Amino acid sequence: MDFSSINPVTLIAMLMVAATPILLAAIGELVVEKAGVLNLGVEGMMITGAVSGFAVAVNTGSPLFGMLAAILAGAAVSFIFAVLTQILMANQVASGLALTLFGLGFSALMGQSYTGIVPPRTPKLDFGPLSDLPVVGRIIFGHDILVYVSILLVAAVWYWLNYTRSGRILRAVGENHDSAHALGYQVKKVRILAIMFGGACAGLGGAYLSLVRVPQWTEGMTAGAGWIALALVVFASWKPWRALLGAYLFGGITVLQLNLQAAGVRIPAEYLAMSPYIITILVLVVMSSNRGRRSLSAPGSLGRSFHAAG
Amino acid sequence: MKRRELLATSAAALGLAATLGSTARAQSPLRVGFIYLGPPGDFGWTYAHDQARLTAQEHFGDTVETFFVENVPEGPDSERIMTQMALSGADMIFATSFGYGPSVNAVAQRFPDVAFEHATGYLQEAPNVSLYNSRFYQGRAVIGHIAGRMTETNKVGYIASFPIPEVIRGINAAYIHAKKANPDVEFSIVWVYSWFDPAQEAAAAEALIEQGCDIMMQHTDSTAPLTVAQDAGVLGFGQASDMTQFAPDAHLTAIIDNWAPYYMHRIQEKLDGTWEAGNVWQGLPEGEVEFAPFSDKIPADVQEETNALIESMRNREYHPFTGPLNRQDGTPWLAEGETADDGTLLGMNFYVEGISGEIPS
Repeated sequence: MDFSSINPVTLIAMLMVAATPILLAAIGELVVEKAGVLNLGVEGMMITGAVSGFAVAVNTGSPLFGMLAAILAGAAVSFIFAVLTQILMANQVASGLALTLFGLGFSALMGQSYTGIVPPRTPKLDFGPLSDLPVVGRIIFGHDILVYVSILLVAAVWYWLNYTRSGRILRAVGENHDSAHALGYQVKKVRILAIMFGGACAGLGGAYLSLVRVPQWTEGMTAGAGWIALALVVFASWKPWRALLGAYLFGGITVLQLNLQAAGVRIPAEYLAMSPYIITILVLVVMSSNRGRRSLSAPGSLGRSFHAAG
Repeated sequence: MKRRELLATSAAALGLAATLGSTARAQSPLRVGFIYLGPPGDFGWTYAHDQARLTAQEHFGDTVETFFVENVPEGPDSERIMTQMALSGADMIFATSFGYGPSVNAVAQRFPDVAFEHATGYLQEAPNVSLYNSRFYQGRAVIGHIAGRMTETNKVGYIASFPIPEVIRGINAAYIHAKKANPDVEFSIVWVYSWFDPAQEAAAAEALIEQGCDIMMQHTDSTAPLTVAQDAGVLGFGQASDMTQFAPDAHLTAIIDNWAPYYMHRIQEKLDGTWEAGNVWQGLPEGEVEFAPFSDKIPADVQEETNALIESMRNREYHPFTGPLNRQDGTPWLAEGETADDGTLLGMNFYVEGISGEIPS
């Protein structure tokens, strides 16, 4: 097999771009799940962000406003989920699925007049001569702003969850909501804020697809990215840096299989195309075979509704 | 029409059909349903079908009522939706994708009075199933020629969807004519296993450009590869409709699918009661394959040659698959001057000599 025609530097640069939307959505969902809420509506929030960001970017001519709009739209849609599950005590799984279906339909409706329009382009950040450096120039200094934002976000979430008081309160709420409540923490407030943070991240991930990656609006353009983000959170066993690793692995395999084909390497593309999912299943099996839930480090109250009893 | 409406009307139609029989239908406009694989806004395959539907609707006015269901996956879902269409009183159904084949035939057997038109298919198991197709390979030959003349790196990137005869035929036609124009040309083919996945198509285009391809061809429906080409400063061709607005610098021309003449012809026959199942394969001569205006980037002499090539196919002087041609493994396929028969073309499952790589199975 001849891999020499594939340049690892460009491969890494490309996979970082391919992984950014799922990374953004996954890091948001990670915080939501750390707070003990399972929101299966990531796909719906992403696509809502994609269409809102696109519409605002087209109307204002500014991709930055588009991204802000996507953040707000994602948070707004997730607020519906927050009201349903935290205040009206609806089932989280069913509400999340409903949110995905709603998002897909709603975005198709909103986007009807935006198909076939070219959005304003998002420029790559200008690092001047740094971008011309060999290797690092392409990998580190050759991207648009959201690639850096996504990495910074991972770092911030990691720091926040582990080293700040509010981050620890969020984790306490996710591990055991009854104890957290007994200690006087406002479980519902924490969870609603977490859900909205997750929605904002998913919305931004969606906007990355419609404004930077493709860039175009088409119905159903997230094409399952939200579900991959959900799988990533489990893959990462709820740890921020592992989510980054997982996202780049997913992105890497997608990009690698296309590059192998383009380079004429004779490898059955089907196997590479399904490999990310196989790896996820394998990781899950390996991790969960080892002392069950503890080693998976799933938040203790994940997916359970909280009702402040007496 | 959305699926929910269909459900509601199908219940009503059932009752109507039972009490009034076919007399109720004779007075109402002819109902023509379309099922689409993607959204009409894809600016590719589905967009072209929807444009033809709109043209036909305008042409017939009140005598015909067209409706469509979009984003219908190939498989059991399509069978359900066609059944609903037939139940809700459709007199004619256009199924506009290859993979609907088995479902079209299954539903057609249950509704013998409904005329079924299946695009790019090959299964005809009921007397009311008609097949229609376009000789897109004629268009592919034309863009292949342009690509061969215009590539500077001698590498052409080809984003392919699924390894079915339609796609393989397109690759072969493009390659043969690129090779004729430029003996050093090479094709890099990437299979993305989707008709429509903008992110994946964009990544495939990036990978091809990375490998040194300076001209992109695509047999997928989104505009994403052209946008990537535009950014990378390479060239490309639109798919199914004029995609100039998405990549003004990269877009050389596009093969345009013009289904309107066929749709109007067949709907008229259904109105007249003369509709019969057929199997047609039209192309350049009938105006079913057209081209977007050539970009200024194409030099005048290349434009001239290309127009001559188009003309020779339009007046049926030249067949894009004319021997001598060998299969990829070197075995002879067509002798000097021999042209390919439609049967071989419709079932094409081999590359012609010179293309590297294997067709995924």
